[in-house]
Amino acid sequence: MTSKRIASGLGLLLGAGLAASQAVALEGDAERGEAAAGTCVACHQADGMGMNNPNGESWPRLAGLPAAYIAKQLHDIKEGRRESPSMMPFANMLDDQQIADVAAYYAELEPWPELPTAYHAADPNDEAEWLAERGDWAEGRMIPACSQCHGPNGQGVGDSFPPLAGQHAGYIVSQLEAWREGKRHNDPNDLMMGVAERLDEAQIELIADYYATLPERIAAQGDAAQEEDGQ
Amino acid sequence: MSQRRFHLLMAGTLVSALGLPLAALAQDDEVQRDYQIPLPEAPAGEVTFQPPLERDIPDNQYGDMVRKGRDLFVNTQALRGEYVFNEQNCANCHLDAGRLANSAPMWASFGVYPAYRGKNDKVNTLAERIQGCFTYSMNGKPPENGSEPLVAMQTYLHWMATGAPINESLPGRGYPKLEETEQGADRERGAEVYAQQCAVCHGDEGQGQKVGERQVFPPLWGDGAYNWGAGMHRVNTAANFIKANMPLGKPYSLTDQEAWDVAAFINSHERPQDPRRRTLDTLDETAEIFHDHHGFYGQKVDGKRLGDHDNFGENPVPLDG
Ligand code: HEC
Ligand code: HEC
Ligand code: HEC
Ligand code: HEC
Repeated sequence: MTSKRIASGLGLLLGAGLAASQAVALEGDAERGEAAAGTCVACHQADGMGMNNPNGESWPRLAGLPAAYIAKQLHDIKEGRRESPSMMPFANMLDDQQIADVAAYYAELEPWPELPTAYHAADPNDEAEWLAERGDWAEGRMIPACSQCHGPNGQGVGDSFPPLAGQHAGYIVSQLEAWREGKRHNDPNDLMMGVAERLDEAQIELIADYYATLPERIAAQGDAAQEEDGQ
Repeated sequence: MSQRRFHLLMAGTLVSALGLPLAALAQDDEVQRDYQIPLPEAPAGEVTFQPPLERDIPDNQYGDMVRKGRDLFVNTQALRGEYVFNEQNCANCHLDAGRLANSAPMWASFGVYPAYRGKNDKVNTLAERIQGCFTYSMNGKPPENGSEPLVAMQTYLHWMATGAPINESLPGRGYPKLEETEQGADRERGAEVYAQQCAVCHGDEGQGQKVGERQVFPPLWGDGAYNWGAGMHRVNTAANFIKANMPLGKPYSLTDQEAWDVAAFINSHERPQDPRRRTLDTLDETAEIFHDHHGFYGQKVDGKRLGDHDNFGENPVPLDG
């Protein structure tokens, strides 16, 4: 398939819900990507870690997201499947090759934190952990656990299910709201849209905070456990 | 052949007609301890039963066993290599840790056992039903009666059925039955549904996806999947399950036709051998005795006969061992 056909077929392919990786065939070059990412640092920061802005727009962490996921998002923003007035002009500046390049650059910049994958029972009295690990299957809700798609401890699965743990709380809230308001409609087969629509406002606040702080909390638990071992 | 006729045949002529050795005959009880017959249709009507909440599991020895059972139900992989020889967890086919209505919930099953089954002409206990899911769905070895894994699971089911009537089938039991469609189930059409709606999670080759050692999306065929004896390998059972439960988070979004077609597609792929094949001489015998239903076992697909192999996956255990 030529790259031209890929570009024009992209909307169709993604609309059909194929895995992001299949739509992104251009080979990215991280070095060229670094050069093309010069304008991005204003918001996503030089280290690609983004920033949480409690009183304004939060900028997502990009460092360590899967390259195919980043590329898909940039195409989606360019083509209006994700509406963002702040991001749109910057996505528009990139051609297909540059998209592949910045995607490769940010994917390699700093790995996303790897978190434990072993099963642990969720605490029924911790509403956020319950939603993350067990979901909310009440009638009319039917919300699977976030971890069923975003992986154990929300660390992401493959190219299609981005990590949530360690993403900024303000950004997580904004995305869930974007789906609810119809501003983001780029997810394969609306898998995420239905979940976002059925959450309530309280759950959104809770789960955003839960995932934003999860890596720190797990690290703290690990330290505490090590101290105990040492005694 | 209808189930009833088959049963009559089993009683007499089949044994001589197939020339089964006496050893196989002696094992009939074992071999026929089978949960292949789809569950009877659940009574119509609104699902009203609510299982108790996990925060209300009592803090005592009983409650500890309930939690142990819950953990094993959700993370059955803890028994990998001992009682489980594929990549499955019970909760993969009984969603929300066995609580979800129309996903063969455990609260609806506890009170309906022991149950008489015409097919094996005996009264089957809940323990045997659970053991059946181990042998087939988990491609495993059934935990012995009284062993901790089995006691833990029975206790979990017992707790979940708190307040449910005994010996009465409740709305929400099993998977809701789909009407057959005029076009029938077609694996070619199903391949398209699969590529569009399922592959993003279960993988292009049905291999599922893991993060580290942890299964996130279960494999649907191949060595890690349910075996050729599992209820889910039937096209009708899978279609019922899929319609009400898949794609994850989008129940009832497929048309009946799509559910039938995609069920035919996933179930016309290779998977671990039916363990009952170990006790019989040929694929034909196994197919004739145990596969008189809507499935692809023994059928030719793309020039190859499905089930024509001695790959039992990772399971080293003879059926009666
Ligand atoms: C003016 C601030 C700003 C600049 C500059 C900017 N971005 Fe963004 N970016 C955002 C915001 C805000 C979002 C969230 C958009 C939304 O709400 O949909 C975002 C989202 C993204 C996402 C999606 C992340 C995810 O997790 O889905 C990617 C990828 C991205 N930006 C890449 C870039 C690249 C590459 C550049 C430089 C070429 C860039 N951005 C420049 C503000 C900015
Ligand atoms: C049925 C699968 C599924 C479930 C369950 C699910 N998600 Fe998602 N989610 C997705 C997919 C797919 C995407 C990526 C969409 C895309 O390609 O742009 C996504 C993306 C997201 C994003 C955007 C991430 C980013 O970097 O832009 C957030 C935030 C999110 N999900 C939160 C949640 C939360 C919170 C839950 C649990 C309440 C949850 N999801 C449950 C499938 C799911
Ligand atoms: C691959 C899918 C799958 C897995 C994994 C699985 N089961 Fe099942 N289970 C089924 C099917 C299919 C049925 C029968 C449903 C029907 O015929 O409508 C069933 C039925 C049952 C029933 C009887 C329900 C009733 O109402 O009579 C019990 C009890 C049960 N399973 C327990 C378990 C346990 C315990 C495990 C884990 C050890 C398990 N299952 C794993 C597919 C599965
Ligand atoms: C968003 C991801 C996702 C999509 C899309 C999806 N599934 Fe699943 N599927 C799952 C998960 C996760 C489970 C296990 C459920 C659990 O543990 O709660 C599962 C379980 C199953 C099972 C149970 C069998 C087993 O071996 O465990 C079958 C059959 C199945 N899916 C078929 C399908 C079909 C057919 C489609 C497409 C129509 C589909 N799925 C789409 C995530 C998905």
